[in-house]
Amino acid sequence: MDLTFTAEEEAFRAECREWLEANVPRGLASGDTREGFAAHLEWERALFEARWAVVSWPEEYGGRDASAMEWLIFEEEYYRAGGPQRVTQNGIFLLAPTVFEFGTQEQKDRILPRMAAAQDLWCQGWSEPNAGSDLAGIQSKAVRDHAAGGWRLSGQKTWTTRGAFCTHLFGLFRSDPEAERHRGLTYFLVPLDAPGVTVRGFGRLDGDEGFAEVFLDDVFVPDAHVLGEVHQGWGVAMATTSSERGLTLRSPGRFTATAARLVDLWRQRADPADTRLRDAVTRAWIDADAYRWQTFLTVTRMTAGEQLGAESSMTKVFWSDLDVRMHETALELLGADAETDDSGWMKGYQFALSGPIYAGTNEIQRNVIAERVLGLPRR
Amino acid sequence: MRFAFTDEQLAFRDAVRELFARECPPSTVRDAWTNDTGRTGTLWSRLAEMGVLGALLELRDVDVVLVLEESGSAAVPEPLVEHSLAVPLLPDPARAAAGDITVVTAFEGQGVAAYAQSADIVVTGGADGVFVLDDFDVTPILGAVDGSRRLAQVSGSGTRVGDGDAFRAAFDRGALGTAAQLVGLGRRMLDMTVAYVSERRQFGAPVGSFQAVKHRLADARIALEFARPLVYRAAWSMSEADAESSLHVSMAKAAAGDAALLAARAALQCHGAMGYSFEYDLHLFMKRAWALAAAWGDAAVHRAHVGRAIL
Repeated sequence: MDLTFTAEEEAFRAECREWLEANVPRGLASGDTREGFAAHLEWERALFEARWAVVSWPEEYGGRDASAMEWLIFEEEYYRAGGPQRVTQNGIFLLAPTVFEFGTQEQKDRILPRMAAAQDLWCQGWSEPNAGSDLAGIQSKAVRDHAAGGWRLSGQKTWTTRGAFCTHLFGLFRSDPEAERHRGLTYFLVPLDAPGVTVRGFGRLDGDEGFAEVFLDDVFVPDAHVLGEVHQGWGVAMATTSSERGLTLRSPGRFTATAARLVDLWRQRADPADTRLRDAVTRAWIDADAYRWQTFLTVTRMTAGEQLGAESSMTKVFWSDLDVRMHETALELLGADAETDDSGWMKGYQFALSGPIYAGTNEIQRNVIAERVLGLPRR
Repeated sequence: MRFAFTDEQLAFRDAVRELFARECPPSTVRDAWTNDTGRTGTLWSRLAEMGVLGALLELRDVDVVLVLEESGSAAVPEPLVEHSLAVPLLPDPARAAAGDITVVTAFEGQGVAAYAQSADIVVTGGADGVFVLDDFDVTPILGAVDGSRRLAQVSGSGTRVGDGDAFRAAFDRGALGTAAQLVGLGRRMLDMTVAYVSERRQFGAPVGSFQAVKHRLADARIALEFARPLVYRAAWSMSEADAESSLHVSMAKAAAGDAALLAARAALQCHGAMGYSFEYDLHLFMKRAWALAAAWGDAAVHRAHVGRAIL
């Protein structure tokens, strides 16, 4: 055990910090609005040009071949510097790991550089009106078109984050009408400008147009847009869920940064005699640190070659509940001013409330923990 | 950054785990509720023979934190934490180090002294320093919640062997060792409960297949998952004499105490009336968790310590 950072890790941190402090933009509008999204794209392209967009990717695709530990360090520095939300995250953190694992060379070369450069913008097309927590209930269909060498997609995807601003969608479609549930699904990559695609943005809880529903009416996609084996989409998709729940989507750096802001808010606003809120702020700070150290423990195991499995569900429940708690505490510190807060806490609270819902609700995650980590019987 | 134990540290843990499984089953813990000493009788000398007591004294905190976690998991009714932090404070530690005699602590902030009735030496500590009592009186406190952790008031006068800083450093080792035991206790109660709800059938199905039960146990598992790294990090910080080690210990003790209490609560509820029976073993572990969560500073005390540093 050595809980200090190596000289190389410290040098990497210093390099991250220097660049981020000089370049992080201030005051961008929400990336979940049309104007804000455009501003965020400029930032994403600046990140790419300086090779900070996808630090853990191979250099040939625009990355730095950073280790998992270095990636965590980058994330800590990114959020410490006040870096904005990553509007490219669903591509670079959810789709890209799957492309690296299942993609053909042609797909990697075609998809990854444009994704890293924020030229192609990817949204996730999994949920459907009748397939949320019960994702295997997907009804959108893919019908083989032999003559044209591809597939025809029909159906509706919904709650698609930033779908109205993205250029491409990755999603699951039922390719074998005879198969049920997890079987007979295929993972498709769909350009949203393809004929037959209609995208309608709609407001999330906070009113921003961060959601979309995507209608597909006999949309043709060639075979080259199938990721992994036909009918094996569930297994392919699960590779992205473990990274979504696990490290990549919400690394500790976000929450240690929020905890630090909460401590600042305490200093500005608190009644020092308020022991209840003092305890709540301290608890949040400790919990954020616990997530950080649990992640170092996990990354050490990964580096030693262990595969992560259902444990990532514990991480997802922990950070999402922590995020809600931190924002609730902040709003209590703001007191009556919470109602008109424009410093980010009220907005952040509304976003934090989505954490226990997206990427598999926490109820589903607790089932996974109970069955696959604790080994309790399935129903 | 490499956050993992060495093969030697894990092997030591495994050996001690086997020893506890063999020599300190729940029946032994239960016996300590009613026997003369409130301890195990033979385990102390076995631990001395196997070199475990010596190792607890000689090795660094990071080398023994897993062993203390195991001692919690077995609810070992022996003063392992107290003895191992107190012996290095003695002017002449040889006999105590060999396990021929038992040393316990009566520190400010730890709660009432545990195992003092069967101790040969008591070390007291407070802001004014550390004192070794060779000659002391004990007044048993009857009715403590954990009958296998006998408590007593200690009085006597002794020799000053350390200053306030020595007290605070030793106190941190007590809180750290207790935090490790709490993590072990939590894990044990969760394991017992998983086994029970997988067997117990109602409505034609194992009760562990119901979501209300699953989610409660998942939450206990999560709390333990995120307390453990804080305990291990604190052990490393103590070993390295990190400037913030005392804060790290407080974070560990607060998180471990909360996690063990949550596990205890979930374990009792998910066992139903079975767990509420004195004849069933769960309460042996649950009451130890209650006792240790309160001892050596409860979660509120330790969070207040952290709060003073960060706020």
